[in-house]
Amino acid sequence: MRIAVLLKPVPDIVEQLEVAPDGRDLARDELTYRLNEFDDYALEEALRLKAAGAAEVVALALDSDEADSVLYTAIAKGADRAIKVTGAPEDARDPRAGALMFAAALRPLQADLVLAGVQAPDDLEGQTPPLVGAALGLPHASVVTGIELSGTSVTVTQEFSGGLVAKLQGDLPVVLGVQASREPPRYAAVSRVRAAMASGKLETVAVDVPLSAPRVELRRLYKPETTSHAEMLDGATNDAAAKLAGILRERGFGGR
Amino acid sequence: MGAQDPYGRIPRIIEKDAVIDGVELPGQWSRMFEQRVIWSHDTEGLDAIRAIPGAESLGNCYQCGKCTAVCPVDIVGDYSPRKIYRQIQIGIDLMDSPDLWLCTTCANCLRVCPKDVNMVEIMPAVRERAIALGKNVPPELAKAFENTLRHGNPMGEPARKRADWVAGAGVPVRILAKDPRPVDVLWWVECYPSYDPRGKQAAQALARLLTALGVDFAILGVEEKCSCDSQRLAGERGLFEMLAEQNIKTLGKYSFQRMLVTDPHALNAFKLHYPKLGATYDVIHYTKLLAPRVQELGLARPLEVKVTFHDPCYLGRHNGEYSAPRTLIQAIPGVEYVEMGRSKENSYCCGGGGGGMWLDSFTADHVTERLSERRVREAVEAGAEILAISCPYEVSRFEDAVKTTGNAGKLIVRDIAELLDAARPAAVN
Amino acid sequence: MAGSGSIAVVTEVLEGQLTEQTFEALAAARSVAHALPGGEVVAVLGGAANAGLAVQLGAADRVLHLADPALDRYSPDAYEAALRAAFAERAPRLIVVPNTTVGMDLAAGLAALLGLPLAAYCVGLAADGDAVIATCQIYGGKILAEVALAGPGVVSIIPGSYPAADGRTEGTPQIETVTRAPAAPRLRLVDYSVAESGDVDITKQAILVSVGRGIGGPENLEVAEALASALGGVVSASRPVTDAGWLPKTRQVGKSGVTVKPKLYIALGISGAPEHLQGMKDSELIVAINSDPGAPIFNVAHYGIVGDVLEVAPALTEKLAAG
Repeated sequence: MRIAVLLKPVPDIVEQLEVAPDGRDLARDELTYRLNEFDDYALEEALRLKAAGAAEVVALALDSDEADSVLYTAIAKGADRAIKVTGAPEDARDPRAGALMFAAALRPLQADLVLAGVQAPDDLEGQTPPLVGAALGLPHASVVTGIELSGTSVTVTQEFSGGLVAKLQGDLPVVLGVQASREPPRYAAVSRVRAAMASGKLETVAVDVPLSAPRVELRRLYKPETTSHAEMLDGATNDAAAKLAGILRERGFGGR
Repeated sequence: MGAQDPYGRIPRIIEKDAVIDGVELPGQWSRMFEQRVIWSHDTEGLDAIRAIPGAESLGNCYQCGKCTAVCPVDIVGDYSPRKIYRQIQIGIDLMDSPDLWLCTTCANCLRVCPKDVNMVEIMPAVRERAIALGKNVPPELAKAFENTLRHGNPMGEPARKRADWVAGAGVPVRILAKDPRPVDVLWWVECYPSYDPRGKQAAQALARLLTALGVDFAILGVEEKCSCDSQRLAGERGLFEMLAEQNIKTLGKYSFQRMLVTDPHALNAFKLHYPKLGATYDVIHYTKLLAPRVQELGLARPLEVKVTFHDPCYLGRHNGEYSAPRTLIQAIPGVEYVEMGRSKENSYCCGGGGGGMWLDSFTADHVTERLSERRVREAVEAGAEILAISCPYEVSRFEDAVKTTGNAGKLIVRDIAELLDAARPAAVN
Repeated sequence: MAGSGSIAVVTEVLEGQLTEQTFEALAAARSVAHALPGGEVVAVLGGAANAGLAVQLGAADRVLHLADPALDRYSPDAYEAALRAAFAERAPRLIVVPNTTVGMDLAAGLAALLGLPLAAYCVGLAADGDAVIATCQIYGGKILAEVALAGPGVVSIIPGSYPAADGRTEGTPQIETVTRAPAAPRLRLVDYSVAESGDVDITKQAILVSVGRGIGGPENLEVAEALASALGGVVSASRPVTDAGWLPKTRQVGKSGVTVKPKLYIALGISGAPEHLQGMKDSELIVAINSDPGAPIFNVAHYGIVGDVLEVAPALTEKLAAG
């Protein structure tokens, strides 16, 4: 039973994000990167399934400056293999082609289950799980909050809004977009990540990149103007709180 | 004797005659010099812990209980090194136990232990092993580790903003990246004084004090990364070493005579642990720099208040400094200094050390009240109106505790730097 | 769906009803239909059992009813196969999908299978000559992207971007019913269920005190409980809080939770990511407390305080109790 997990490093949105002068990309020099949060949940689910009996977890990431770091961390967390997929330099790679590169790397792996985070902050042109599922001709489901394996079949819990969930069942292989893992993603000790780096366990696989994939025309990126804004109540904590309490009472709240 | 077999498996009575100073002592007196240990039970668990480098001294424990009397966590919960030893002895795996994470490494136990059971080395060693084995790390702590790795500080604040506090200091603060000339004092600011709102205020006050004294100082600014002493004690020695390598490289770019720290945890790192990585600095806590020069500050504004001082574990017990902070406080005109019961070597831990700063949600399930709450109540009982501190972990812990113990308005928390700054005539409050 | 001008709207039926987001998607389609040559809005409705819902789709010019029993209840593989076949045959100019779970499955899946470009997370559509311009939210809403689809493509619309009322017209749209031999879906729907009730229904509450990650940890929930109690309200939460298990899922406000419209919504330590905002932005009075002055929540709040939630909230509770 082989589980593949697709990992993507993304800009950490805790930072202040600025648009590059040409308006076509983020200003990248001041960014820090982190593993896409939902991909972290996908990896955690894969490791949980491995602990429950699945044989092998293979982590994959597309070639970029940050790829090594997320792959070594995956090994440190318990992934059996980590593969960096090369073929097109990052700045020449378009988002839809990225999914095709993953698909090309996945075909020889013959994974029984492919997991990826349901979405990423830079998914303007589509989310990885359905794009990869479609490229591989495999069934896929996203917003998955539960995965149970049983022989060659899988039971999936898919989440809708308002507490509504659907239970799906099917034969492997399938591609799933993970929304949440059962447990928070485990911690990988720095010493283990460093040991992973020293182990030389990172594999590299080159794939043929399609010349063009269907693209939108990006006209510009910009920061939203805040058209409306709250009336800010200033002052020390107690003063601001007092002002707010007054406003609430005026509006008929808090009378008890 | 038992020297070749200190933990002899076969209980035996050894009697050796001796002649001491011409006095004949029959064999039965010699038993007093034998370690008397019972080993007829399964010692596998204890042996496993003792085999971890750094945790060997746990085996020394002979259950006297002196540690329990002084352990700050036991006052509000059920904890002590004695308990840890006993649990392991009866087969509980420390690495799966919540007790692994409750020790704040305050070292009060080590101070009184007749057998040198060194929890300050044992707990970090076992934690490190537990993390390496993939045992559950409390999520809040794991987040602090990840933040430190990613952003150079456990709070997860952007590294770029580490020197933003400088703008509000009211005096120029030299940043070495911009002005790399040699400097006398390199002030290692650390994370909480750089980012925490109350920490920033203390840092700004200290900048004003150093300027008033004409100290030639500079800071690293955004190049500074956490010195990770608490992360190390919480089990992430790899993280400590990784950031130490980076910090040592950064410090190597500049020329300075000595290092000044606001944070006793940074003091501990630079004084005791960076030398093991080949980097030795002449490092001093800010209270130690200011104390001999306090008269030069011209403290003319009286502060008519009762002030008590909380000895930080890592300034006091760990690094032996008790008098400089008191000299400073008592130099402020109008101050009536009151001493809490648990003071100096017996100071009561605020709960932030050893990773405790990032374990509050975990600890809450195991204590009746927070250590900081216990301490705040002690300060109020001592009659203090101001709780003076000199470690940046403490201000947020104690200010929270003041509120949650219902003492808002009765006790305020101030860093010594803030008190000194307020007592100078030019201070703007 | 004659000609290359039609705008196909994928409708979403859950628990036997057309969802709010379906009507919002119809409103989005309507907003550009008039500006595109041959811009006819065709609502695509799946499921033999859902025939009776067609009458609610009056905002569309036509309804394409895929009367396949396998589509009676949504499941990704069945819908993807059926829609792919329909769209491959009819080549619409634009395919509009609500950015819900259905959208997360179908928008990118269909785009890949049909070889079409996709603009996801769209908050607004416009026409520029023959091109469709989509304004899309990325990076947690902090950045907007303006993209153009010169030819056929797919867009997914973020819930809350268009008023559902604009897409809700009763009427008698022309209905074209299509039946085809269904292929067995590879991922089969077993059943739908709703999370355990017995907990509070936050959509029925007039006053909500909502907590986000900024509350720090579950041990601080009491701060929110105290404030809620002082106001006679109930505690709700954003996704990170319920995902972490600090509160049950039934308390979750936002895209994967519920939409609420209380008289008072106090957001404690919630940054205001788009997925959350869409669940509460129509609340009558919104107050936000957050330590980050740049938090997007302040753009929808009526009043805001920048500060430590764990200090401001108890102070507020105290002031309310005192008065």
